[in-house]
Amino acid sequence: MDIRSQISMVFHLDKCIGCHTCSIACKNTWTDRKGAEYMWWNNVETKPGTGYPTKWEDQKIYKGGWEKKGDFLNLKGAGKIKGIKNLFHNPNMPEMDDYYEPWTYEYSNLFDAPEGDDQPTARPISLLTGKPMDVKGGPNWDDDLSGTPDYARQDVNLNSVSQAEQEAMFQLEQMTMHYLPRICNHCLNPSCVASCPSGAIYKRGEDGIVLVNQNKCRGWRMCVTACPYKKTYYNWNTGKSEKCILCFPRLETGQTPACMHTCVGRIRYLGVMLYDADLINTVAISDDADLVSNQMEIYLDPNDPKIIEAAKKNGISDDTLEAAQKSPVYKFVKEWGLALPLHPEFRTVPNLFYVPPLLPTMGKVEDGNYHNSAKELFGGIEKTRLPISYMASLFTAGNEDTIKTVLKKLMAVRWYRRDETVGDQSKSELEVMLKEVGVDHEVADDIYRLTSLPTVKERYVIPPAHREEALEMIEDSGDVKGNTGFGFHHKPERGL
Amino acid sequence: MSWIKDLISPKTRKWEDFYRNRWQFDKVVRSTHGANCTGGCSWMIHIKNGVVVWETQALDYPIIDKNLPPYEPRGCQRGISASWYLYSPIRVKYPLVRGALLDLFRKEKDRHGDAMVAWENIQTDPEKRERYMKARGKGGFRRVTWDEALELISIANISTVKKYGPDRLVGFSPIPAMSMISYAGGSRFLQLMGGVNLSFYDWYCDLPPSFPETWGEQTDVAESADWYNAKFIAAVGSNVAQTRTPDVHYFAEARHNGTKTVVFSPDLNASGKYADEWIPIHAGQDGAFWMAVTHIILKEYHHEQKVPYFLDYVTRYTDSPFLVQIEKEDGIYKAGKLLRANKISKYKNVENGDWKFLNIDKNTGEFVCPGGSSGHRWDDRDGNWNLKYQDAEIGGDYEPLLSFIENNDETLQVEFTEFGLDKKRLRGVPVKNIKTVDGTINVTTVYDLIMAQYGVARGLEGDYPQSYKETDQSYTPAWQEIFTGIAAQNVIKFAHEWSKTAMATNGKCMIIIGAGVNHWYHCNLIYKAGTMALMLTGCIGKNGGGLNHYVGQEKAAVVDSWGHIMAGKDWQGPVRLQQGPIWHYMNSDQWRYDGHHSDYNTVPENGLSGLHTADMIVKSVRNGWMPFYPQYNKSNFDIVKDAQNAGAKTDAEIKEYLLGELKSEEILHSVVAPDEEINFPRVWFIWRGNALMSSAKGHEFFKKHYLGTHHNSIASELAKGLVNDVEWKEEAPQGKMDLIVDLNFRMDTSALYSDIVLPAASWYEKSDINSTDMHSFIHPLTAAVPPVWEAKSDWAIFREIAKATSEVAKTYFPHTMKDIVNLPLMHDSKAEISQTDVKDWSKGECEMVPGKTMHNIAFVDRDYTEIYNKFISLGRGTKNGLGAHGNSFNCADYYEDLLEDKNHLQKIKGEVYPSLKDDEEAINAILHLSSVTNGELAHRAYQNAEKRTGMPLTDISADFKNVKLNFADLQSKPQRYISSPVWSGIMANGRAYAGFTYNVERLVPWRTLTGRQHFYLDHELYIKFGENMPTYKPTPKPNVLGDLKNSVATGKAKVLNVLTPHGKWQMHTTYSDTARMLTLSRGMVPCWLSEEDAKEIGVKDNDWVEVFNDYGVYGARAIVSARIPKGVCIVYHATESTYSSPKPQVRGYERGGGHNSFTRVRLKPNLMAGGYGQFTYHFNYWGPVGVNRDSHVLVQKMDRVELG
Repeated sequence: MDIRSQISMVFHLDKCIGCHTCSIACKNTWTDRKGAEYMWWNNVETKPGTGYPTKWEDQKIYKGGWEKKGDFLNLKGAGKIKGIKNLFHNPNMPEMDDYYEPWTYEYSNLFDAPEGDDQPTARPISLLTGKPMDVKGGPNWDDDLSGTPDYARQDVNLNSVSQAEQEAMFQLEQMTMHYLPRICNHCLNPSCVASCPSGAIYKRGEDGIVLVNQNKCRGWRMCVTACPYKKTYYNWNTGKSEKCILCFPRLETGQTPACMHTCVGRIRYLGVMLYDADLINTVAISDDADLVSNQMEIYLDPNDPKIIEAAKKNGISDDTLEAAQKSPVYKFVKEWGLALPLHPEFRTVPNLFYVPPLLPTMGKVEDGNYHNSAKELFGGIEKTRLPISYMASLFTAGNEDTIKTVLKKLMAVRWYRRDETVGDQSKSELEVMLKEVGVDHEVADDIYRLTSLPTVKERYVIPPAHREEALEMIEDSGDVKGNTGFGFHHKPERGL
Repeated sequence: MSWIKDLISPKTRKWEDFYRNRWQFDKVVRSTHGANCTGGCSWMIHIKNGVVVWETQALDYPIIDKNLPPYEPRGCQRGISASWYLYSPIRVKYPLVRGALLDLFRKEKDRHGDAMVAWENIQTDPEKRERYMKARGKGGFRRVTWDEALELISIANISTVKKYGPDRLVGFSPIPAMSMISYAGGSRFLQLMGGVNLSFYDWYCDLPPSFPETWGEQTDVAESADWYNAKFIAAVGSNVAQTRTPDVHYFAEARHNGTKTVVFSPDLNASGKYADEWIPIHAGQDGAFWMAVTHIILKEYHHEQKVPYFLDYVTRYTDSPFLVQIEKEDGIYKAGKLLRANKISKYKNVENGDWKFLNIDKNTGEFVCPGGSSGHRWDDRDGNWNLKYQDAEIGGDYEPLLSFIENNDETLQVEFTEFGLDKKRLRGVPVKNIKTVDGTINVTTVYDLIMAQYGVARGLEGDYPQSYKETDQSYTPAWQEIFTGIAAQNVIKFAHEWSKTAMATNGKCMIIIGAGVNHWYHCNLIYKAGTMALMLTGCIGKNGGGLNHYVGQEKAAVVDSWGHIMAGKDWQGPVRLQQGPIWHYMNSDQWRYDGHHSDYNTVPENGLSGLHTADMIVKSVRNGWMPFYPQYNKSNFDIVKDAQNAGAKTDAEIKEYLLGELKSEEILHSVVAPDEEINFPRVWFIWRGNALMSSAKGHEFFKKHYLGTHHNSIASELAKGLVNDVEWKEEAPQGKMDLIVDLNFRMDTSALYSDIVLPAASWYEKSDINSTDMHSFIHPLTAAVPPVWEAKSDWAIFREIAKATSEVAKTYFPHTMKDIVNLPLMHDSKAEISQTDVKDWSKGECEMVPGKTMHNIAFVDRDYTEIYNKFISLGRGTKNGLGAHGNSFNCADYYEDLLEDKNHLQKIKGEVYPSLKDDEEAINAILHLSSVTNGELAHRAYQNAEKRTGMPLTDISADFKNVKLNFADLQSKPQRYISSPVWSGIMANGRAYAGFTYNVERLVPWRTLTGRQHFYLDHELYIKFGENMPTYKPTPKPNVLGDLKNSVATGKAKVLNVLTPHGKWQMHTTYSDTARMLTLSRGMVPCWLSEEDAKEIGVKDNDWVEVFNDYGVYGARAIVSARIPKGVCIVYHATESTYSSPKPQVRGYERGGGHNSFTRVRLKPNLMAGGYGQFTYHFNYWGPVGVNRDSHVLVQKMDRVELG
């Protein structure tokens, strides 16, 4: 047993409003600069849709992640060996059209235009060439089902959905959508790290954050291909790849990552998970149907004295263990089984988990009028607008039972709270419902509280970073205090 | 695993400092954004190297209650983009003047050596005027010094005042609450000058007229935390997930707490995905749905089950048990007016007997005159304005009789009209035949009338529907299907769940409602329809209940002291606060393009409904229902001089003189001849808003008639021959405004078209305060950095304008002048009980009695050399006490208290005053003197309310007596304000704020005729317009609206109903032009089309399309989406023409306008009623609203696209 600690996240999609505040918080803080314009370390997608970069989920195109070959795992696309062959021509990279050409406007024209015979305006100009351009794509082009014929209808997850269901998905009265915010998954089996010819990418021991060393990176871009989530980006200005750093400078000072701090839908949770690194490979080569359940096995009970002892032996500090015990992520993922990884079939063992959305119940149009046949107050899971098969394609590598169980649990908790606060529905049916999903009143109450009432401190439980210990390895921490801020900063320089 | 790096090689990880360094910053300050978004979010602004770098939300909101989710973090994608503006290329850095005007001015000034002569020479020369007006919006800006800009402005100010009088100076700035001091700067300056503030809340159509109709209240709603207390939420015309971004988590969190949520919207929107049910209702048809819901509630829960909670609630808190006369007209019985107390012999001589109303005692069968009516409110006697079951005139307890169903003299067949299918029905209504001083009449109760109106038979004879399945009978579930497209079964299920929830929770059903409903022509009726379902199930004035309308950040929490300072009332009383919609309708000449309202407004035929809207405006102005400035076709100063020359010495004699001149039509109200030069508004200040684009309904008419520049309207003039009282000139003037001054931090469309653009400080560069109805905090705006480049705060800019104007006055206009101020009959004053009937003195129907049968006439002395001194100091008038919404309190000691602060005084002519010179001084004075931030003042206000109502109330403020907030307190942490009677919610003991809880729990009346919530609206205009009872009126069809009479499609085009809901990437136009929002959207505000419609006209996603009708054209990119229903297109409010604006082909390749290019304002005449209970004017409070959602457009592909 090799116990390690990992900062992990839960995004509650039922609460997500797709506002993109997270994306801008991240951009303002990290990627508001030349070469990084098109980088959206945090982005939000509308589902169904093709996302950013477009069709990123389709590994037939991009060859990201791992593939299982018998008992072995291979990088699907750019491995170190394959990569070297393709060093100067990597065929599986997203191109500018898959991202977009960043642009601004000729705002100065509004101030400087001499008097003319019509109103001046600011036309779009390319941030790459400085010339007028026709805007044809952006990082969120299919927002709120924009351009359904070209985007939502091309969603690769629809491959798992029957033709009849697909038709319903695009009939106005039966359709639905939801949002999918994405950051780097800081995977346990990160294909980006494995793909890097320079060894510039690493996973931090103390918290599991995956970073691209800006000094070591040589801009091979193998990681861009290898990451199936397309969460590493190439900075065309510095010649280095960059990615979400989970705001480690904020985490190290006890603050949540910027995207989480600013999440106004209050959908995000962050906490420590203890896991057994010896099991990573076992999980990653599981059969599709078992990927999620096996991944759950890798996470360990932070209250179990045996685990605590083993963790301590591995150098995990007391306060990290305490944080793990309070981790909201552990509760959602492991205790309650409500949060699922995104596309586990990429086999990178991601550490960002999603509570799937509860969507409106089905209705349809007959004789020109909208009908809704649901008898119950809240409607049934079976009639959810978004096909279970679609959700299974996103979160369980096709396992529909897991999705159903999660949705039923969420509904049971709602019925429980209805009973507590109104009491106008059948109590016996409620008990049957709770029993079916194995949730007692106390757990239902806990789920409700962490879903509806959590304060910022309950949503984000950040382990102390003990920076003084890290600094001490290089110089006297008292000297660090005295010298902080002095000296010249060097930004990463392009070149091999 | 090789990629897990422990801290074994710390040196190789030293590079991590790269990102650590980026994160570091020097300072953090608290500020917020003034964007009329209702967000009012607390933000922490980060500064590094002297530059604002980014912002994140504050997390330190106090927890209201442990069982309510916390507010943190508030703030959305738009707010977090604000820092972009500070150093962006769209930033206004220096004062700018249009070159064409500047050259003329400089040349004339050089020639004559006198700035005033220079200005007058330009203004009296039509060619020169045309020269610079035509240049408006066409580029050619020049940077000038502040001094030169101020000179031009102050010369124009004094020239205009001198020649025409001060009511030709106007200002537009929206929604004070978003940055109250910045608003107050301009309004204080204008009001001290005698100028005019234009309203905004009604103009935007954000004011819900049904609020004053039902409750006598502008708007008073629950803070968003209270959504969590609801157990059933219907979101109607309100895309909360998109527009209430910082609040909507309460919606989701409520769901997980067992709340049922249903969203109504024609398109599948972000909220539709967020709810238990999304019901795709036909656009604008929500009223029909709610009429049917109410039909079911009345039938099943009132008539059949008689749910005690519901019946008790409507008896106590609504006008249900009040008596209504049934009148015979041409042999047909119709519902008439509420029965007045003085019609009955025993109350014949009571004070204000026309304004007191009657119940019948259930036990004795006797008439009772309950307290709480508007008559009791304005009685000389105190203590009877309450909702107790007591006879306020002769004393004694009673129990109101709700219905005559079991206790009547006869059943009369009364006529009811259903406008949807245009059917009249005779239905049995139980009546009593009662003796009045005028003889025997028939009366029924409001409740019985409502039962009949909704078609609930109750065993009575007449044309009642017999089942829910009847399609041609009023308000059945099957009837509503025709309009809404929602199957009857859905309505029934909804009504059952709704009612059962309200029964189980005593009123925790809530409607969240918004612009998606309020922007329709019949918005008042649609709102009323939903409100009925709430009132009949006891859901108003309850935590977790209510009609929660969130459109516009209208709640300036410190309205009492702020209103006083912003209007300069500390120096002088009468103010010119103009109802915006009628002003723009008349002055921008949109009335000329309007045919008869009955073409699109379904009304019964009669004399009042037969008036053209413009004529009704004239009537409303003459009668004192609505204000109108400019006032007369002569300068007020000249009228006074003429009166004095004619021998008038006192104000009373001047008034007599004026009345004589009006009667003989020697002097005319400006409103009757808006196209005469003498009546033009002249100088227009625009600040904090986009008056010429997002706030310009009829944008192209603004460009044509206000600005005199290019426009894209091809609309025909239709009013000729339809107007009688308004003068028709064959040629409409173009270019009425002499000077347009815009204060701005960004080059928006208004700035682009203004003559002078002044660089304003952004929200991170000034001190200000912000509040909203979405939460109960007052947030500060704080200067994270000083105003950049040459920017100044709005307060400072107007202070400088005041200073320059006072200086100019010393030379050119040093005399003290007497100004006449016309004042409409005012809400919350005794004028509420002035006009029982509609009578027009100008038609000889009544005498001219100012303040009674017509507007009031007041006098103010104006010394223009003193404007600056008054601006910077708080006048003694403050010592007379403050108040709002009919409440008042004494604060003379707190004024004295301010004088103790020696560091913040102004010494003027030997007298000492509290200083208002700096923004922060104004803020601290406001906080010091407001009853919501000073606990002692709240206590005094409750004491006064106790006296008036005779109810114990001061206990509410007991816990808050020591509260006293100042600006530094607001900066340190989000501060919740306290309960005060100026607002109708009670906030004590960790409660979320919910409107009208004060009324329900403390039996304090609403400010309506009966003091109760009104089902029945008996104003003559409402009866004559068929809106005295809740009803449904059909949405006007494109052919009757006449939007497309002259427009010709040049390609494959389609007529669509254009919807303009609030967008995702903007707050109005603010933020829409930021790189962030443009990158995350489609680079502009697109036109959303359904897949079907797009296919029909050959449009693919991202193609350029032109969206046009007779009024104008907007060029946009198309978004084709399956989530849009056929027959509508969506152009999210609001667009700018400053970026990505092509030259559409249909109007000859001229630059297109924006979303307001295809609007023209249409006003509902019955909303102009005045001097009658809740139908009495107040600024932004009562009057017709600028509806815009009924518009139709043609959409077609653009073949040639010119963006440059």
